[in-house]
Amino acid sequence: MPLLFFIHLPELITNQYFSSMPHKVIDVQDVVIRFSGDSGDGMQLTGSLFADTAAVFGNDITTFPDFPSEIRAPQGTLSGVSGFQVHIGSSAIYTPGDYCDVLVAMNPAALKANVKWLKPNATIIVDIDTFEKKGLEKAGFTTDDAFDELNIQRYNIIAPPITTLTKEACIACSIDPKTGIRCKNMFALGICYFLYNMPLKHTETYINKKFARNPDLININLRILKDGYNYAGNIQAIADTYHVKPSRHEPGLYRNINGNRAIAWGLMAASEKSGRPLFCGSYPITPATAILEELAIHKYLGVKTLQCEDEIAGICTAIGASYAGSLAVTSTSGPGLSLKSEALGLAVMAELPLVVINVQRAGPSTGIPTKTEQTDLNQALYGRNGECPVAIMAPHSPSHCFVTAFFAAKYALEHQMPVIVLSEGFLGNGSEPWKIPDMNDYPAINPPIVTELDPDEPYFYPFKRNPETLATRWALPGTPNLEHRVGGLEKNHRGAVSSDPLVHEQMVTERAEKVARLARYIPRQQIIGEQEGDILMVSWGGTYGHMLSAESQLQAEGIKVGLAHFDYIRPLPINTEDVLKRFKKIIVFELNSGHFANYLRAQYPQFSYLQYNKIQGQPFIVAEITEAIKKIVK
Amino acid sequence: MNYTPQDFKSDQEVKWCPGCGDHAVLASIQRALPEISEALGYSKERYVFVSGIGCSSRFPYYMKTYGFHGIHGRAAAIATGIKVANPTLSVWEMTGDGDSLAIGGNHLIHAIRRNIDINIVLFNNRIYGLTKGQYSPTSKWGTQTKTSPYGTVEHPFNPGALAMGARGTFFARTLDMELQLTRDIMVEAAKHDGTALVEVLQNCVIFNDKTHSVISDKEVRAERTILLRHGEPMLFGKDRNKGLVLDGIRLRAVTLGQDGVTMDDILVHNAEEQNHGLHMMLCEMEWPELPVALGVIRRVKDRTYDDMVRDQLTEVANKSEIHCMNDMLRSGGDTWVVE
Repeated sequence: MPLLFFIHLPELITNQYFSSMPHKVIDVQDVVIRFSGDSGDGMQLTGSLFADTAAVFGNDITTFPDFPSEIRAPQGTLSGVSGFQVHIGSSAIYTPGDYCDVLVAMNPAALKANVKWLKPNATIIVDIDTFEKKGLEKAGFTTDDAFDELNIQRYNIIAPPITTLTKEACIACSIDPKTGIRCKNMFALGICYFLYNMPLKHTETYINKKFARNPDLININLRILKDGYNYAGNIQAIADTYHVKPSRHEPGLYRNINGNRAIAWGLMAASEKSGRPLFCGSYPITPATAILEELAIHKYLGVKTLQCEDEIAGICTAIGASYAGSLAVTSTSGPGLSLKSEALGLAVMAELPLVVINVQRAGPSTGIPTKTEQTDLNQALYGRNGECPVAIMAPHSPSHCFVTAFFAAKYALEHQMPVIVLSEGFLGNGSEPWKIPDMNDYPAINPPIVTELDPDEPYFYPFKRNPETLATRWALPGTPNLEHRVGGLEKNHRGAVSSDPLVHEQMVTERAEKVARLARYIPRQQIIGEQEGDILMVSWGGTYGHMLSAESQLQAEGIKVGLAHFDYIRPLPINTEDVLKRFKKIIVFELNSGHFANYLRAQYPQFSYLQYNKIQGQPFIVAEITEAIKKIVK
Repeated sequence: MNYTPQDFKSDQEVKWCPGCGDHAVLASIQRALPEISEALGYSKERYVFVSGIGCSSRFPYYMKTYGFHGIHGRAAAIATGIKVANPTLSVWEMTGDGDSLAIGGNHLIHAIRRNIDINIVLFNNRIYGLTKGQYSPTSKWGTQTKTSPYGTVEHPFNPGALAMGARGTFFARTLDMELQLTRDIMVEAAKHDGTALVEVLQNCVIFNDKTHSVISDKEVRAERTILLRHGEPMLFGKDRNKGLVLDGIRLRAVTLGQDGVTMDDILVHNAEEQNHGLHMMLCEMEWPELPVALGVIRRVKDRTYDDMVRDQLTEVANKSEIHCMNDMLRSGGDTWVVE
């Protein structure tokens, strides 16, 4: 039936469909598929469904949503293009992939915006109906042949009239085409499932569940999905299909998880382990909002969330909740961290546990809210008045966000101090399969709660310290005989306001030392690859996957490198100096202008540091990392 | 719970200026707490005094209770966090006109809107004292200060009207030197479930001396203020021969016996009326047109934020079959097994 529509296609493209190769299934190691369309086209969902199917099938996956900040940007324009990239593989996958094997482009703008991400010989799937005069004009094409204009005729182009086919199916199912047209993304998804020999079952289950109240929508979505699948099976253009073997994961129960959800769950896990109720005071901000949303779902586990009047109230309610004995959290992104700075200083001064989650985005100011960056490190390190060090941790993958949030909470509670978690939009929205942990395997969390007055003390000393950690004790309001005052004014150990010069210096030193001593409790820095030698690649946070892939590619090519990827920023692991001194050259890779490199320079000025920096609101691509190293080796 | 005011006095030296109105408020609250403790069964360790920045915000240091001296403007947010985390605490916010009407205006109106069960004591001296004399959001139009040498050209806030606009459930006003009235109002505020905003017209002896004296001086106080009591006629004056009547959509001061005015014409104060129209008018009364209202102007019942948070948590927990992280992590149906 689809053949009927070939008359709509440009000669160049139709020719391809009439080659008559039999289908053959080819095994491939890994595949990158990029779904793109208008920001209202459902590309994020389409991509997620494909990723979930691959994950359930047993592939390793990493995903990368890349979307504009406008909810419905002008239709058909380049600025409104929304993308979702999925990388699936039969062995471990650490990045969403640099370039794609398959590009789904639901309109000319999507094609134009993503053409630079095509691998040679990539397959392009387009809705040819959208390549009419108006659509081409909106995307800035000047001729009526977009493929010629982009010089991509040589690619394998699959160009069904998806809009027309979807409308026809709607009429056949007696559904208003205006409603039904929204499921045209299912057609493209169906083609991809056929191309990669994947079952429709997972997506069908999703559709049945999602539209349980509207059987019409179930019917039309299922039909379009199958139409796409069958279309791909019928047309001769698809000569070969591909198969990505299941990856060899450790046995166990798995689920897909994105970084924002993992942060929320890690905090909840820490709440359970510590016995301290979880409180999150927050304000919606891209790309961190999903953390607040996720926590709000789990009120049945005692989670309290307060959507505040502003970012400042977010952290201040959290500080209040912390004073009253909660595991207190505030979540935000860059501009929000700026607003919270003063209050973060208060938490440092009051010596209260607090977890501050910053899902970084491209700045400064509003910047590019939906794009990823590592440009808040300086702010986290130095962005407060006075001598005000705060512990900083950075997760390195979506699932690692769980671990990081858990330990950030553990350290905040046990050491009675704020901890900043520097996540990134790339991690928050990206997802990967995650072996569900058993909470029994996680360590206990023992906050230093004090319940009665020490017989040696005439009254409670709120700033008396544990000699090992230098943590103060947590005396919760409601506890008899421990009444005390905390606040932003400098105080002595007794809790009395003091402007004595030496008391101030002592307290400043003690608060800094408390943060520094955390180094005794965090893991030692590991080196991946060469343990010593010529070249050490240094990185931190969400660039891990790309760095790891680059390291293994370089090693495979015989270039000896080591990789030190830091999860702990302040304090640095206790053996950091030892790691750095084993290599002749140190190159620090960051998605900023060199914040971590400068921080290392200040800590260990005896070494010299080369830098590789990218500030485009985009993650690294593996090739640029390997190229940078190769240049140095030459 | 048998306490005396002494039980609430900390060993810290009180460092407000001699003659500052804050001393009187501190004394009033220290006297109110034993009565509150007895009436509500609160033990001493359940009190938390939270403040922002400003002269009045030093208050927590002088109380022998739990205390949190916060940052400028944020006391309402800190107090909200404390109350949500532990609703059994009696949470008091001590704040000033700059602290909660300028930098902290947002937190104040949202605390009131949520009707969280905290007591907010707003020391209104119409000036920035701790920074040595700049105009505040309650300074009268034309006030000359260091930052307004030619007089302010801003309209002042009326804290009561602001509270009404934010759907406040409790508003009261007192004078710093009226120790007994302040004490009684604090007890009323503590008994109220929901956000209780108490405005204290307080004198800054250094930078805005006598700002309230046109109504608060002993010789004129009875004629220029009216003490409102729930269920009682709105009478004022030395001889209690003056009263308030509703004239169209406005309040008017009248004298009994003049122009045929009798007691039947005088309004009876109903602090518990849900509609805040009349309460708003009472809040906005200003001398010389009308006497300034003191006492509990509004006190209505409504659900509190902290109660609703607690109830919602209980409700969803009771409905859920998941009670621990291990179960939660394995729920949802989107998991798979790798053999």
